[in-house]
Amino acid sequence: MKNYMRMELSAIGSNEGFARSTVAAFALPLNPSLAELSDLKTAVSEAVTNCIVHAYASSPAESSLVVIECETEPFLEGEDAGNEGGGIIHIRVRDYGCGIDDVGKALQPFYTTKEDEERSGMGFTIMQTFMDGFKVESEKGVGTTVFMSKKIGLKDGVDA
Amino acid sequence: MKLITRFSDGTLAVKLEGEIDEHSVIDIRRRADEAIEAHAFADRAIFYLGGVSFMDSTGIGFLIGRYKKLRRFGIRAYISGPDPTADKILTMSGVYTLIPKINDEEDRL
Repeated sequence: MKNYMRMELSAIGSNEGFARSTVAAFALPLNPSLAELSDLKTAVSEAVTNCIVHAYASSPAESSLVVIECETEPFLEGEDAGNEGGGIIHIRVRDYGCGIDDVGKALQPFYTTKEDEERSGMGFTIMQTFMDGFKVESEKGVGTTVFMSKKIGLKDGVDA
Repeated sequence: MKLITRFSDGTLAVKLEGEIDEHSVIDIRRRADEAIEAHAFADRAIFYLGGVSFMDSTGIGFLIGRYKKLRRFGIRAYISGPDPTADKILTMSGVYTLIPKINDEEDRL
């Protein structure tokens, strides 16, 4: 059965840990391995950090929100159907901040607009590497949405 | 986030414990820099990541930032004990080319 959740958070740094832990907890019924859970948490942390640091430029107004939506669905057919308990998680992380000037550039490894702040420029690269599906949509002055998905419960790893 | 430092035999050991993200890094960045400045005569510094339960790309920026500071004092930097996810992040970002990974079994802390 499909499952859905949505949460809205103030765009402040202390919510980063809460956001990634909550998404990880939501994915638990899909029987993730520890490695899958760790990948998921890292990708969500990157996406939420981008909202706080870039979209709202680390100075949020009271109305500055990060909206996270998750949907899980079990494998019903196809090659992965045999993985009992496993499934796919879709995650959408949205902000209503400044938007990205050049998405193509932002996706390049090591590209950062905030070099003086010890930013690595690896956030989007890590999201792409750690998740199976990835897409980003952004509009100047309107906001940015990151779409990610990942197959969970695939490997013979250590159960979380 | 916990940061423990110890200096012995020319080696500055920096042990990190907890979750490194954009929020928690602010405090450990300051404390690591204070330790480096207090031991500017050290030969090498080792960052022990075995106690880090979570790290995102903030960890890359933190380590490269400290590497640059250490280099100004002529101190070599090393990393020890990252978990598999941290190892993946550090490998894909090329951090190990600047700060080599070592297996330091010696308990300096």
